[in-house]
Amino acid sequence: MKPASFIYHRPQQLSEALDLVAQLDNYKIIAGGQSLMPMMNFRFVMPDHVIDLNHVAELSHISIANQQLHIGSMTRQQAIHSSALVEEHIPLVTQAYSFVSHRQIRNRGTFGGSLCHLDPSSEQPCFTAALDGVIEVASQSGTRQIPIANWTAMYMTPDLASNEIMLGAKLSIWPKTHGWSFMEYSRRHGDYAIVGVAVLVNLDARSAIEKISIALCGIDAAPVRLLDTENVLKNQAADETAIRIALESIEKLPNIMEDALNTSDYRRHLAKTLTRRAMLEAFERAKKRMS
Amino acid sequence: MDLHRIKVHVNGKAYEREVESRRTLADFLRMDLSLTGTHLGCEHGVCGACTVLLNGNTARACLTLAVQADACEITTIEGLAHADGTLSVLQQAFQECHGLQCGFCTPGMLTTLTELLNENLSPTEAQVREAITGNLCRCTGYQAIVEAALLAAKKLRDQRV
Amino acid sequence: MKNHLEDSLLPNARPDQFIGSRMQRTEDHLLLQGLGKYVDDIPLANVLYSAFLRSPHGHAKIVSIDISKAIQLPGVHKIYLHKDLPESAQKRLPILVPNPSIKHLMMQEVLVSSEVCCVGDAVAFVVADNRYIAEDACNLIDVEYEILPVVADCLKALDANSPSFFSGIPNNLAAQLNVRFGEVDSGFSQATHVVQEVFWNNRGSAHPMETRGYAAEYHHASGQLTVWSSGQTPHLEKKNLIDILKWDPEFIRIIHHDVGGGFGPKAIFYPEEAMVAIAAHDLLRPVKWIEDRREHFYTATQERDQWWDISIALDANAKILAMKIDMTHDNGAYLPWGIITPYIGVTTTPGPYVIPAIDVNLKVVYTNKNATSPVRGAGRPQAVFAMERILDKAARKLGIDRAEIRRRNFIQPEQMPYNNGFIYRDGKPMVYDSGDYPQCQALALEKIAYDDFPARKAAALKEGRYLGIGIANFVEGTGLGPFEGATVRVQQTGRITILTSASSQGQGHKTTFMQICADQLQVPLAMIDVITADTNAISMGIGTFASRVTVNAGNSVFLASQKVGEKIKGLAAFLMQTRIDNIQLIDGHAITMDDPSKKKSFAELARVSQGMPGFSFPEGVTNGLESTEYFSPSQSTYCNGTAAVEIELDRDTCQINILKYVMTHDSGNLINPLLVDGQVQGSIAHGIGNSTLEDMQYDDQAQPITTNFGEYLLPMATDVPKVQMYHLHSPSPLNPLGVKGAGEGGTIPAAAAIVAAIEDAISDTGIFLTQAPMTPPRLFEILKNAGTYSSVTS
Repeated sequence: MKPASFIYHRPQQLSEALDLVAQLDNYKIIAGGQSLMPMMNFRFVMPDHVIDLNHVAELSHISIANQQLHIGSMTRQQAIHSSALVEEHIPLVTQAYSFVSHRQIRNRGTFGGSLCHLDPSSEQPCFTAALDGVIEVASQSGTRQIPIANWTAMYMTPDLASNEIMLGAKLSIWPKTHGWSFMEYSRRHGDYAIVGVAVLVNLDARSAIEKISIALCGIDAAPVRLLDTENVLKNQAADETAIRIALESIEKLPNIMEDALNTSDYRRHLAKTLTRRAMLEAFERAKKRMS
Repeated sequence: MDLHRIKVHVNGKAYEREVESRRTLADFLRMDLSLTGTHLGCEHGVCGACTVLLNGNTARACLTLAVQADACEITTIEGLAHADGTLSVLQQAFQECHGLQCGFCTPGMLTTLTELLNENLSPTEAQVREAITGNLCRCTGYQAIVEAALLAAKKLRDQRV
Repeated sequence: MKNHLEDSLLPNARPDQFIGSRMQRTEDHLLLQGLGKYVDDIPLANVLYSAFLRSPHGHAKIVSIDISKAIQLPGVHKIYLHKDLPESAQKRLPILVPNPSIKHLMMQEVLVSSEVCCVGDAVAFVVADNRYIAEDACNLIDVEYEILPVVADCLKALDANSPSFFSGIPNNLAAQLNVRFGEVDSGFSQATHVVQEVFWNNRGSAHPMETRGYAAEYHHASGQLTVWSSGQTPHLEKKNLIDILKWDPEFIRIIHHDVGGGFGPKAIFYPEEAMVAIAAHDLLRPVKWIEDRREHFYTATQERDQWWDISIALDANAKILAMKIDMTHDNGAYLPWGIITPYIGVTTTPGPYVIPAIDVNLKVVYTNKNATSPVRGAGRPQAVFAMERILDKAARKLGIDRAEIRRRNFIQPEQMPYNNGFIYRDGKPMVYDSGDYPQCQALALEKIAYDDFPARKAAALKEGRYLGIGIANFVEGTGLGPFEGATVRVQQTGRITILTSASSQGQGHKTTFMQICADQLQVPLAMIDVITADTNAISMGIGTFASRVTVNAGNSVFLASQKVGEKIKGLAAFLMQTRIDNIQLIDGHAITMDDPSKKKSFAELARVSQGMPGFSFPEGVTNGLESTEYFSPSQSTYCNGTAAVEIELDRDTCQINILKYVMTHDSGNLINPLLVDGQVQGSIAHGIGNSTLEDMQYDDQAQPITTNFGEYLLPMATDVPKVQMYHLHSPSPLNPLGVKGAGEGGTIPAAAAIVAAIEDAISDTGIFLTQAPMTPPRLFEILKNAGTYSSVTS
């Protein structure tokens, strides 16, 4: 299983990379390569050009500004997973990475690679959705900001023009009192999630839900935020009733994806199971931090 | 043919070669450098038999292009023993515990466990198992490999004392 | 070997106990340094690489093939189609294991001549400078196909109006046979209870970490054709190539160096091996073909795909009076190993139980899926699944404990040797030679604390956790003949060489044979070299499969070593003018016991024995310190075991966690218990795969759906717990070493025990599980359809 031939480009700076994506037809960007290389080895994709972004240093960073965690698109998944800064401010992300594949893959795989590959089962788009992520992309003519809710154009295709490169994303930082949980079900350790869920919750002084965010992956082409539920749950107690409301909305989700290996019924059931467990964990963490 | 000149250090030795851009690092090691210890079991990044250390971090050689390894330090299974040919503590532990049968997954197991032990000399059994989930073995049922890793960890800890 | 001088052994003596020792393997030193020589590692000057163009369709006629673009690609040396093959290679491959009940025989072609019958069938062979270019060329070959109706379901394949999987064969019934003994009809008519069920097992494959591969070199000057193969049966490969290539048997050599796992599918002869040999001879350059994993999914054989309709008739005390089996085996498109796999299955069914009357109807059915041949366990896992599950169903119906119903039906140790009524695949009556089945189960139940389980289950339930326990017994025919020979030879250097046809794929045979030889000749292992799997090393051989090598080759090594030991002593006694019983072997020397300073080295004795001009041998001494023995067992020898498994089931995800896996296992005497432990643990991993993970799926066009390791799931280190294993020892009376095979026993009862445990964990639902693998999605569907889940998860 060997790739078809291509011309390899190694830009050293962002401007050089932007020139390439503006000029070339039928190119693929190689970031970590952990999703692209299998597809090339199988010859499912046969680009004429491969643009390697691994030497564009400015794309790799983790920083905090304006109550947001800013992650560069070429930042290695393992670097994010082991970052003390990330764990301090958005422990949801740290927990989510413990489900992402295996160490060897995370050593090379990048945050941006996952966001652009946009596999519906992926954890990284899921937590980005939960955190109201805003993705920044650049072209020769400038940059644009795309809220995660608008990021998925269609199945495994982001709203990224062929002359654009993803620079990174900004993820909202929640108050220090927030509770969080990332849960997923996969058949074996590190496998793609069949369904995953990210929950963030902040409680008010009465321990009622001040704000909650619930995002699911493995349900649809884009991560699914339970926005209606989140609104209904404002000012509700963080209890079984809140969980029931969330599960009822999952029960009513109109289209849940299905494939030869996993039915939509199974995914729906997993979504409910995991959401219950994640909400319980998030509530418990929030209550602990409040006290 | 899209050819590129690359300079790599493999197991401490410098090599300079011209490679086609689509040649994987695994094939480069095996075909261009005749280092056949790194094995290809699946070529889609799941089995882990091709795992090497790239600048000290484990990586799938089947998912890395040789051109991407330019200016990098690579350690393969051939580079794990001591310079005088004696086996490393980890390799010896594999021998003692019967941690290999056919030996095909072993290169990836050794590089992966080398990374683990470089970071943590007191792994729990659960941590060892989790560390090697990215390495499939069809012969041993993993138990002997886990025992070898824990034995090596203990010996390395004792050496430090 | 004890003697009165053991207190005064010479200084560099080492312990004389080799057999039964947990010795480290001699194979490891090179492998641990990445210095193994798997077929893709063998350095061959000027080697060419290759790729096959394969059919994307399950059943189609080839209308035309256009290679004109492909052949012009720089770096392509030749492209072969069927018409380019030597005439002798244009026919279908010879069948390996004929059987009179085969109605229609279908074997592979080296390259397909006109009709493809399986996705993956090879249509063209490209030889190029490297694999990258070979694959580029494959993409440039234009094949026009006429799609034909596909047979994708082995039950529907038997309908009168089903299309045929191949146009040259009128229907899809490959073979049908009936075996019957005892009073079956009266058994059922007299029964107090009759329990019946239909079971289904799905396909899987062995997936050794090393895929298949062949490298061939024709040495023009000598006329020698050498083929290196990642296989299990060197002599079988040789025999096939002789026939296909019409080659002189003395000028063809098959060698297996290091092989990265086999587990069954590498035992058959594949068309690719012939193609590589043909190309090497044709192009006068070495040619190699290394299978990639995607090809392995399409073309390496699979099995387990069977429907079992099984009924047992029981008396009022739950004793089995009779059994009926109707089994349908989805064979795939070719019969590379005849009907062995399903035959082994049906004859394995009685297991350790007394079943006085059995009626078996077996149908082997062609479909347009990948061919089947034995995969670790070789059809027995499905048989044990049917037998153990039907016993569980009977236990439930009769209100008896599952262990108890088994106890009531065991063959007792005093009934050994016990003829179970069948003729086994070795052509002999299936006579169990030894084993204590009640003790084996009792020990497993004791070790898993079976009697306390109900309390554990209840306590867990209070916490909202669901535990289940399952047990399964098996008896396995191992050590199949006719032989696997060995030569033991003392070299003029004093080193000892063992030469055998046995092939290793990780079993540690070399170390095992060294231990057996060292035990006879009393030398350190470092003085012994072992050559395996080289058809030049010994003239005849069968191969490594069916857990037969330690029994066959091990005993050949034993007998040959024994003979060589006698020769050494005889010659030494003559030269030192003493009696044979005054000679002791220590550390590569023959020493007179009454005067240890008088000794002859093996090297010196070997030189003398190789003959010196003018020197006559004494009476009784023959030339050479060597012996070739082909131990031939009178029949298979039967090992047995019990698996007892405790699991926790997450009722919502339907994922299981194995809490305890106990295996009691009796394979007679153990030459190296360290290696046997490795085989039991490793074979259980395959069994765990069969139970909940490995699920080879095809669509209704016989297209394989799960064709990569992301979709076909092999167990990881987090899926296989440490097995608590206990060895019992019922030495085989059928061979001098008292050994039995040990490579498959762990796999055989695993699915039965694990699925039983899953069923136990949902016992409140009353659901009875009849399929393996019982994957989470499958279990979910079953629980959902039974109304187990309320509308909102509670």
